[in-house]
Amino acid sequence: MMKKFWMLATVVSVLLLAACASQQPAGDTPVDEGAQTSGAGADQGMDAGDVSSERVVHFEFDSSAIDAEGAAIVEANAKYLNANTSVSVRLEGHCDERGTREYNLALGERRAKAVERMLKALGVSGARIKTVSYGEEKPVDGDHNESAWRQNRRVEIKY
Amino acid sequence: MKTRLIGTSIGLALLLWFNNAMAILTIEITQGVEKGLPIAIVPFAWEGANKPAHDIAQIVEVDLVRSGRFTSLSPKDFLSYPQKDTDVDFKDWRLIKAEALLIGSVRELKPGRYQVEFRLFDVFKKAQLAGYRYVVGSEMLRAAAHQISDIVYEKLTGEPGAFSTRIAYVTKEVSNRTHIYKLQIADSDGYGPVTAVKSKEPLMSPAWSPDGQKLAYVSFERKRSMVYVQNVADGKRQMLAEFEGINSAPAWSPDGRRMALTLSKDGNAEIYIMELATRALRRLTRNSAIDTEPAWSPDGRQLVFTSDRVGQPQIYRMNADGSGVERLTFEGSYNARPSYSADGKTLALVTLQGGRYHIGTLQLDNLALQTLTDTQLDESPSFAPNGRMLLYATEIRGKGVLASVSADGRTRHTYRFEMGEVREPAWSPYNQQLRYKE
Repeated sequence: MMKKFWMLATVVSVLLLAACASQQPAGDTPVDEGAQTSGAGADQGMDAGDVSSERVVHFEFDSSAIDAEGAAIVEANAKYLNANTSVSVRLEGHCDERGTREYNLALGERRAKAVERMLKALGVSGARIKTVSYGEEKPVDGDHNESAWRQNRRVEIKY
Repeated sequence: MKTRLIGTSIGLALLLWFNNAMAILTIEITQGVEKGLPIAIVPFAWEGANKPAHDIAQIVEVDLVRSGRFTSLSPKDFLSYPQKDTDVDFKDWRLIKAEALLIGSVRELKPGRYQVEFRLFDVFKKAQLAGYRYVVGSEMLRAAAHQISDIVYEKLTGEPGAFSTRIAYVTKEVSNRTHIYKLQIADSDGYGPVTAVKSKEPLMSPAWSPDGQKLAYVSFERKRSMVYVQNVADGKRQMLAEFEGINSAPAWSPDGRRMALTLSKDGNAEIYIMELATRALRRLTRNSAIDTEPAWSPDGRQLVFTSDRVGQPQIYRMNADGSGVERLTFEGSYNARPSYSADGKTLALVTLQGGRYHIGTLQLDNLALQTLTDTQLDESPSFAPNGRMLLYATEIRGKGVLASVSADGRTRHTYRFEMGEVREPAWSPYNQQLRYKE
């Protein structure tokens, strides 16, 4: 079974005077119910009928190219979909916060479609796949640094 | 061509306290200018029992300083504090090098009803430039103050002010592990926000109709992006685009009859124009690249947009029928989100320079790119209707905030809202004027 970790929200709700408010660090950590831990167990020894625990494909900046690591994750999910033909899948494309929001909305779609193309090439019917883009609107890591950006450039494979 | 920013950081914070506990707003001058026109604003005289919560003279001062065109002289240096025109001795103002003088008064006519008067003087000519009297309810005091700012601005610069306008923006708050997104509408100085839309899913890309009566925006409330149009006055709204794929980037034509949109219903993000009366769609771009962020020229004959057809986002221009596509930006690896100034001569844009995203302008006659900001993650630039200032979103200490910059890059201010993240500002067109007596 997959493990779902809920990110803890640190809600600092302090009514601050404006002058002090400027000194406060960010008070909110993004919460995403769909966020999944990556790297939590590989799919070695997994039966084709089991859902892959790896369901997030990551991308380089301003790119929708799927690297070898991402391809392995897509393949594992294709195997599951081919063994469970009644299951449909939703591919959610996301971006990091850099660049403009509308451009990122289109880029997130391009990423979701890249995963869709690969699933189709691996034999999954397009009728079972839905793609959606959230652009940069739903980061899993709300920090403003390279490590957060790496986590946020992703396609989530959702069943 | 990049122009380095000139200016001194004067770290002056003007605190505005409002009686509404939710609405503590700071406007911080992050980069000031010492060469503005020196104006002396005398604290307005008050007559009555129940002093209003809004200090008219202070609102006018913040407006004028924020524009970057004025330097407000400190009342501590004043030699006199005239309340009526007959009290004015121009010698007192020449001595402290004021070029303009603003005096005024607020009188309570009955509870909640005030008479506001002001007079603006040219110190060197020893002449009154403007004098008006308003009778307003307490809810209109700030509107009266912004209108005074507009009159002072126009009399002294020869150009219309843009203070009696509104801004729309999106906020994001976290409450009980749920995100709350709001599309808010506030005065041009960020005061008095009213929530137009509230959603647990993201909202983005608010766009004012040319008459200021409607807002188009993108909402994810149905788990994917769709475009809605909503009346500002009564909140009534309609779905405009719910095609397969993304529905986004709404931009009203200057005549208000057409909407440019980015849709991916045909497989890829492309720019379309929808006739609002018939909903008929016309596709403008045909390209395997991303084409998005359309914005109309003020004459409605051309659109600028972002495309990554050369492998990275750059800005292009085309005719409103999709013909005559030409690339406009050549400097740097990321230029996006273009929008026109009201005179059609300048584009505002987001530009990547040295690994940071800044707000810039592009002069359309010579394609010279000027960077206006030096912070990072700056986005969503929106021109004031008079073209003299831009509002944009940036990030300070991990939090999204709004900021303004003068179109010459010399003056920058940050708007701090105490709650949540703020992003996606859109400056309204000009508003209706208040009725007043001269």
